[in-house]
Amino acid sequence: MEYSEQVMDHFMNPRNVREMEDASGVGTVGNVKCGDIMRVYLKIQNDVVTDASFKTFGCGAAVATSSMATEMVKGKTIAEVVKITNAAVMDALDGLPKVKAHCSVLAEEAVHAALWDYAQKNGLTIEGLKPPKEGDEH
Amino acid sequence: MLYFDSAATTPMRPQVLDAMLPYLRENFYNPSAVYTPSRKIRAAIDDSRLVIANALNAKTEEIFFTSGGTESDNWAIKGMLERGRHVITTQTEHHGILYVCKNLEKKGFDITYLPVDGEGFVRTEDLEAAVREDTALVTIMFANNEVGTIQPIKKFTEITARKKIPFHTDAVQAVGHVPIDVEELGVQMLSLSAHKFGGPKGVGALYVKKGTPLFSIFQGGAQERNRRAGTENVAGIVGIATALQLATDELPMQFARVTAMRDKLIHEIISTIPHTVLNGAKGGNRLPGNVNISFRFIEGESLLLHLDMQGCCASTGSACSSGALEPSHVLMAMGVGHELANGAIRFSLGPENSDDDIADLMKILKPAVEQLRALSPLYDDFLKKEIS
Repeated sequence: MEYSEQVMDHFMNPRNVREMEDASGVGTVGNVKCGDIMRVYLKIQNDVVTDASFKTFGCGAAVATSSMATEMVKGKTIAEVVKITNAAVMDALDGLPKVKAHCSVLAEEAVHAALWDYAQKNGLTIEGLKPPKEGDEH
Repeated sequence: MLYFDSAATTPMRPQVLDAMLPYLRENFYNPSAVYTPSRKIRAAIDDSRLVIANALNAKTEEIFFTSGGTESDNWAIKGMLERGRHVITTQTEHHGILYVCKNLEKKGFDITYLPVDGEGFVRTEDLEAAVREDTALVTIMFANNEVGTIQPIKKFTEITARKKIPFHTDAVQAVGHVPIDVEELGVQMLSLSAHKFGGPKGVGALYVKKGTPLFSIFQGGAQERNRRAGTENVAGIVGIATALQLATDELPMQFARVTAMRDKLIHEIISTIPHTVLNGAKGGNRLPGNVNISFRFIEGESLLLHLDMQGCCASTGSACSSGALEPSHVLMAMGVGHELANGAIRFSLGPENSDDDIADLMKILKPAVEQLRALSPLYDDFLKKEIS
């Protein structure tokens, strides 16, 4: 199993690592049982993600996909963010080892969970957004 | 390069390579041939067998050369199945045993996987209770590869001897590192592997006590007294014997030296890095080179990657690193929770390590742990709980 240079760069120098006190939405997915927990914070103003940050417990791929996902959502509208798939995150990282593909799924879900939290708090419905999974589904 | 993975494999000793080379060059003859040059090859195999036998306090006719620990383990189990439909093993075996047993289950055999306590020890009463009329074999590892726990084998064989059940032990992690006397242990079979004690990869041996009804699993030529067919790996056999001789000669000195380094490393980590837990045996019944530590709030693979980026090799049986998405079966059987199991790292030391290595490792380890904790939502949650 080998990681791409992109993955190693985002793992050793992760972008956007911090708790966000004034986040518009926070999403936490995964659990210690599966070995990965991702928490994504989004700052949303006028339907645009103006800032994103994360905290992740997990393997190199989990950290790298969280880092990349937060980079990708910044400056995008909510509608655009909903459409960012795990495959897009993986592509941006020049691929992931097969056994690590689930990490990119988790990153997508963490972003969606943060959007869901934002929608819940503001009584909004976001088209194409499903409620986050619960429990041990990962 | 800082190497802390001796339990995975060891560098080959230069003397071992020197001893092997003639058998890869001019001494190429088939040891089974009748002409004069091949007799020298046959003699080299006989001499090697004597070295292994002496090191284990066995007889020469009780040593069978194999391709390594996995083959020895497979043979010990599969060669015993005509005795019964039940095999007793433990939940913390190496996969060389565990997956053979899982496979046998699919074929209709009954397997008992004995549990272990929090330090990885099998309880004698559990073994006593598991033994049945149709038990073909009990196989319990001598020392665990992940956490280093050394089982009280002699106590187990007292039980199996009473019930006349053959006992096998996978001693791959122990041979060459701790004193082993097969007579004193009372085992009928014992597996060993050369590359764990400074020998070459691809060669091992199985000790089979005289009178043990072990069937062959390789049929073919009459090598190894008709029990393991196949032209001998002569250079490998010379290599395993040379390595075991060296390891045995140095054992008292290295045992003390490596044990002291182990205890120093454990102490350094536990006392200077907060939220760390030692996994495995707390007392002396631990392999001299084994250090297994859980770093709370971080995941093992991410720590290994950090160490690797700074030229340090260690390992983990945890979730992501092995490619398998399950945490270590050993730690889970010991009742270590998921979070701690996922954050476990094994540093295994050998004669090649020094106190300087430990000092160098600590310089890398502390900042790596701090950096990863700064990333961890679990650490955030923990700090918030501390404050409130």
